[in-house]
Amino acid sequence: MIIKDRVIKYGNNIDTDVIIPARYLNTADRRELASHCFEDLDKDFKEKMKEKKIIVAGSNFGCGSSREHAPLSIKESGIKAVIAVSFARIFFRNAINIGLPVIASEEAAKHIEDGDEIEIDLSSGVIKDNRSDGIFRINPLPDFIQKVIKSGGYINYIRDSVNK
Amino acid sequence: MRKEPIKEMGSDNRAQAIAQKIIANHCDRDYVSEGEIVNASVDIVLGNDITMPIAIEEFKKIGADGVFDREKVVMVPDHFTPNKDIKSAQQCKLMREFAGEYNIKNYFEVGSMGIEHALLPEMGLVLPGNLVVGADSHTCTYGALGLASTGVGSTDAAVAMATGKLWFMVPRTVKFIYSGDLNKWVTGKDLILYTIGLIGVDGALYKSMEFSGPAVSRLSMDSRFTMSNMAIEAGGKFGIFEVDDKTRAYLKERSDGNYEVLSSDADAKYEKIYNIDCSDIESQVAVPHLPSNAKSARDIKNVEIDQVVIGSCTNGRMEDLKIAAEILKGKRVNNNLRTIIIPATQNIYLEALKKGYIEIFIKSGCVVSTPTCGPCLGGHMGVLAGGERAVSTTNRNFVGRMGHPDSEVYLSGPAVAAASAIAGRIAIPEEVM
Repeated sequence: MIIKDRVIKYGNNIDTDVIIPARYLNTADRRELASHCFEDLDKDFKEKMKEKKIIVAGSNFGCGSSREHAPLSIKESGIKAVIAVSFARIFFRNAINIGLPVIASEEAAKHIEDGDEIEIDLSSGVIKDNRSDGIFRINPLPDFIQKVIKSGGYINYIRDSVNK
Repeated sequence: MRKEPIKEMGSDNRAQAIAQKIIANHCDRDYVSEGEIVNASVDIVLGNDITMPIAIEEFKKIGADGVFDREKVVMVPDHFTPNKDIKSAQQCKLMREFAGEYNIKNYFEVGSMGIEHALLPEMGLVLPGNLVVGADSHTCTYGALGLASTGVGSTDAAVAMATGKLWFMVPRTVKFIYSGDLNKWVTGKDLILYTIGLIGVDGALYKSMEFSGPAVSRLSMDSRFTMSNMAIEAGGKFGIFEVDDKTRAYLKERSDGNYEVLSSDADAKYEKIYNIDCSDIESQVAVPHLPSNAKSARDIKNVEIDQVVIGSCTNGRMEDLKIAAEILKGKRVNNNLRTIIIPATQNIYLEALKKGYIEIFIKSGCVVSTPTCGPCLGGHMGVLAGGERAVSTTNRNFVGRMGHPDSEVYLSGPAVAAASAIAGRIAIPEEVM
């Protein structure tokens, strides 16, 4: 699968409180959550989203709360993938579990600039930056996590394994 | 602070840190290696009014007949309760109905509930050697009891509720050795803020943090819970203390003693060892907007504040209320601010009442709230307006954490919070006593 789009770039330690502020956690409605995604970080997020659907960020992306509402609101907004130098562990698990592609690549995250058009080939494990023609290899994820991703999330994986 | 070289072990070395031992015990193995992914059984699965609604949705998709064990699923409506608005009420209703439908033994209704991470240890639901997951990032709190517990998301909680198992990556371990005498008014909060300041908010990313040394053996259980609680603020997966006499005394009234005490092997492999001399540590404040922005409180001058919060899963226990009462006794809080005190559980509230702390708080001009996470995450019971500043004994000072995105949170222990309430600005106890 190839994900091709333009990039919105953010900094280090993007925490779950700015991804989806707690004042909106009185609902589990995906669309409502998405309507407030990144509201306290970037007031122009919704406008940018019209033309840029990949987020590239610094270290420790998704730090803070365990709220699955964070990756859910990003996914429901229409963001296709998040590349970061590193991810906070609960956010990373949650993203894998709900089927939001997350890629930790320091090299790519540092090289790619806001507005760049990039192509992510998840099956061959390569990110290409069409602005600079830069090519970045993605470290393969552990087998188990790849299986979860192939199933389309943890619930599907569990259902598949129960039904086998 | 001195960093020691990483110990390199031969491939035949099977020494394990406590995190490895606990995980190995829960997947019928003698040994698990760092970085390995295993499917392990869990002893407790926890959720609250924010994370459980999504977990319930996902649980129903799995199509399981019931929960894996009705006594091992714990549900605590503590975040936006007593219900702050209609939507929160709907979320609580969903959880309450699920608890009824699946006959969940440990569902704690308003009236018996407390802040989850103070409540579970108090009820004896988490014990040494356990492997615990909770759909709340501060689930790492229970590590103070010599167990491995960590925060997960709602989908993980759903799978764990249905199957009693979950995938874990076995973490590497970082060890913190605390020595030296604690300065006056310094508690676990100051030690952990100092530590996070030292290593950064991702300084222990994916790691198990082990807290040890002669100084921690002198720390109260309440201070240990505070330190384990904030392991996540350094990115940690677990924050574990060894079981000692204080742990055993704490557990005596709360369990039948049927638990397994584990400790790291003497030659266990540590990714890093930090030696921290506590005599260097004064009362700490983490300034906005990261918990790692820790400074000595005495170096922060002329920061006027609008609100003080003393409570939360981090600092809403007896030790915290005792310190606050000691400082506030016979004094008035500053007229220009609001002081909100939230005992973390009903038992703590009752004990504070018996000891006369609640009377001290009310007479000094504080409000005392029923247990709730409320203001910590900008939910209710003390939300900040734009431009306002709070000193808070909670755990996060991210942008907008306690309300308006233009508000600010300064994190501290109970002593600085109480002193600041009197002074109207960030202050240390010596300035007001």
